[in-house]
Amino acid sequence: MDATGGETTGLAGDGTGTMLTVDSLSIRFRRSAAARPVVEDVSFSIDAGESVALVGESGSGKTLTCRSILRILPRGAEVCGGAIQFGCGAERADLLRLPAKRLRDVRGSRISMIFQEPMSALSPLHTIGAQTAEVLRLHGQASRAKAREESLRMFERVGFPDPDRAFRSYPFQLSGGLRQRAMIAMAMVARPKLLIADEPTTALDVTLQAQVLALIKTLQAETGMAVLLVTHDLGVVANMADAVVVLRAGRVMESGNCADVLGRPLHGYTRKLMMAAPVIPECPAPSFPCPAGADAILEFHDIAKTFERGDRTVKALNGVDLRLRRGETLAIVGESGSGKTTLARLAMLADRPDPGGRILFRPDAGKPAMDLLDQTGAGLLGYRRSAQMVFQDPYASLSPRMTVGAIIAEPLAIHGIGGAAERRERVRALMAQVGLDPAWTNRYPHAFSGGQRQRIGIARALALDPALLICDEPTSALDVSVQAQVLDLLESIKTRLGLSLMFISHDLAVVARLADRVAVMRAGQVVEQAPPGILFSAPLHPYTQALIAASPEPDVSRPIDIATVARGAGRPDLWPDSFRPTPDRSGPPLLEIAPGHFVRRAA
Amino acid sequence: MLRFILRRLLVMIPTLIVVSMLIFVVINLPPGDFLSNQIAELRATGQEAGLAKAEFLRHEYALDRPLPEQYLIWIGVWPGPSGFNGLLQGDLGWSFEFGKPVAEVVGETLWFTVILNFSAVLFVYLVSFPLGALAAIRANSWVDYLAAIVGYIGLATPNFLLALILLYYGQRWLGLPIGGLMDPRYENEPMSWAKVGSVLHHLIVPTIVIGLSGTAAMVRRLRANLLDELGKPYVVTAKAKGVPPVRRLTRYPLRMALNPFVSDIGSLLPSLVSGSVLISVVLSLPTIGPALLEALRAQDQFLAGFILMFISLLVLVGMLISDILLALLDPRIRLSKRKRS
Repeated sequence: MDATGGETTGLAGDGTGTMLTVDSLSIRFRRSAAARPVVEDVSFSIDAGESVALVGESGSGKTLTCRSILRILPRGAEVCGGAIQFGCGAERADLLRLPAKRLRDVRGSRISMIFQEPMSALSPLHTIGAQTAEVLRLHGQASRAKAREESLRMFERVGFPDPDRAFRSYPFQLSGGLRQRAMIAMAMVARPKLLIADEPTTALDVTLQAQVLALIKTLQAETGMAVLLVTHDLGVVANMADAVVVLRAGRVMESGNCADVLGRPLHGYTRKLMMAAPVIPECPAPSFPCPAGADAILEFHDIAKTFERGDRTVKALNGVDLRLRRGETLAIVGESGSGKTTLARLAMLADRPDPGGRILFRPDAGKPAMDLLDQTGAGLLGYRRSAQMVFQDPYASLSPRMTVGAIIAEPLAIHGIGGAAERRERVRALMAQVGLDPAWTNRYPHAFSGGQRQRIGIARALALDPALLICDEPTSALDVSVQAQVLDLLESIKTRLGLSLMFISHDLAVVARLADRVAVMRAGQVVEQAPPGILFSAPLHPYTQALIAASPEPDVSRPIDIATVARGAGRPDLWPDSFRPTPDRSGPPLLEIAPGHFVRRAA
Repeated sequence: MLRFILRRLLVMIPTLIVVSMLIFVVINLPPGDFLSNQIAELRATGQEAGLAKAEFLRHEYALDRPLPEQYLIWIGVWPGPSGFNGLLQGDLGWSFEFGKPVAEVVGETLWFTVILNFSAVLFVYLVSFPLGALAAIRANSWVDYLAAIVGYIGLATPNFLLALILLYYGQRWLGLPIGGLMDPRYENEPMSWAKVGSVLHHLIVPTIVIGLSGTAAMVRRLRANLLDELGKPYVVTAKAKGVPPVRRLTRYPLRMALNPFVSDIGSLLPSLVSGSVLISVVLSLPTIGPALLEALRAQDQFLAGFILMFISLLVLVGMLISDILLALLDPRIRLSKRKRS
């Protein structure tokens, strides 16, 4: 296939079934210095009832492409060539040349769109009922009462337990998953012929993602609409799409049948994407459980943390016992609200646990441990030197007004280590260590890409020669190919410097690569803990099973097992008897059922 | 909602108490008071005759007592020389400077101050809302630049200068009256439509002058808010739903941009009141401003205290109105408030 995508690629036969044809579309930014369009000569088509995925990393132009269909490009961007034909038979028209009024009739009623961030994409001032019914009212498809009725039916269809209440709810009163369901209901209520889903599940947890994807699929099967899915996640593509268009820097790299493209990628870039896609390995490298009582650098004993939220209290952590052994990588996995970030904050002493818990730190093997919560002055300072953190967002965690050299040298300056020349030398060495050119010390963070920024963050964390590195989702803001590089870097540094790593992530596939042991957290408790080899091949807890089942894999032959996801991620009182929480809500105890394998279940 | 308003009203009481204390302390901070100054002056010029009267007043208004007691007497929760008669009983005290009760000094001017400020606020909102919205929607067009120019003029020109200019040209071209509250003909006349008309006629210039700087700031703020909101994803969603342009604007971002706009009512009032002092002097308007100036200069403590209390009350009422409006406008505020109570 022509890699530049010159002509309409034969994703699906032309003819009456074709719903949308994008023909050599080019988009550029007005008044931009670069004369080259950001999207160039992109062509593809979608049949009725078919799903096509636009895949690419950030900056590939996938979102611009899908937005140009409804002509909702951001300010400054304009289509500078091509045509977008939509509809069947006599209705067929070029959306790019449709008068504004006729285009408005198409928007929302015949083509609708789901956005990535439901919180910001829904108006905070209107109930979701009003926002959904508005679609029908606008297009004159229903009276007020009828629109309400239709909306309620759609709310029920997308899985709101109480449609009436949902109708009266404001977006901020709903959870992330329900918000995205509301968004889907709003997009579906007018029964569109084409649904454009722009990263519809990127902001959601994996188990929610699995359920939302399944919902879109069911709705598609019911209504026979076409779906254009925009995503960076090949796993999602494998689960959803019939055909794939791979974009890079605004050009089509490869396109065709989903099974073909993912199974036998022809273009080098697609292959690279496939290689980088994080996958839970079928049988991960066996790791050897360390002998019991081995030297632990950091220990959590009976840690609980309660937050006051208005008049109710939220237990973010509840009886957590964890040991991080010297030189190992302990991964903490959980979805949003599981308490994993709270745990990281406690480990950094950025916050204190409820009274009764203890956090022990053993600076050197064989030495007595110190209770961090009792430390003041020198002891505390010592710990802050030996424990360092790598943050999630490489854009927000680096000061834009400091040069890279100053950022990396700041910990040295704070702790008063070395003279100016010595610090400069150290910064250069650190930059080389994380794979940055030491000549770049005088540049500012904005000159660096996301992956390079995260390297700067890592270099800063290494400046004080720490013994312990706490990484809070260090790769979740990065593109997959960059994510793989950063993970490689962390792994090599850890082995080279003999660091102990506490690695917090929501992504099982990332963890599978890196961890010596994995602790799965849910609702403030560790529900299962084991080396990855055991955890991924023989998970016992229904929630762990759900997490693993929900991770989408870029392989069309291994779709998400939605039943397992629904069972494990659903309400705990639907779990098998032995896992069910006890009446006092503390849950059954954490049992060691095999050496190194702990599960929270009744004996 | 009713509970919310009630609670806000209750909160106003302790606020007023604290404010009254602060006012009293601040007024009494400079050494001496009106009467001791007067007594010293009388002694120096040898007018022993006035001394007795001053001493009498000093005792009559409890100025010879310790400050905390004076405060309590002023408020009206402590018996003074003639029993309980303070603010709570409606006795506003005696103005030494003008030699008559405070109520008489300010009486006329109070309601005029309220009317003038109300019309200034109204002017600010009526002008800045469309101008700010247009400036944002047509950013970097002639409407935007025009709004910016009006804004800079309003901000940069000294108000009294603007007042003089407007007076002159208003009189010359439009026949607007110069200064005063109403045509001298109507003074001491019973209330009539003609009198009201005359007052309104006289209000035009002061309203514009007092309101203009507030308008300028407000236009800039609304423009910035709305520009921010226009780029938000939910506006794109509305577009993708097929909402027509005008409805898209009024139903979504404009409502969001209203929030800071509304919450400014509270902070707008004090700046208008204090900003209007000079203008009232220039335009010889009988507002409370010049009286306050005079009272502060002469350490006429009961007069100054009452006027400051009155202004504080105006501000609190402004805040209350803006809070209620905000709660009506924004479900996030309304519903989170309800949860907490």
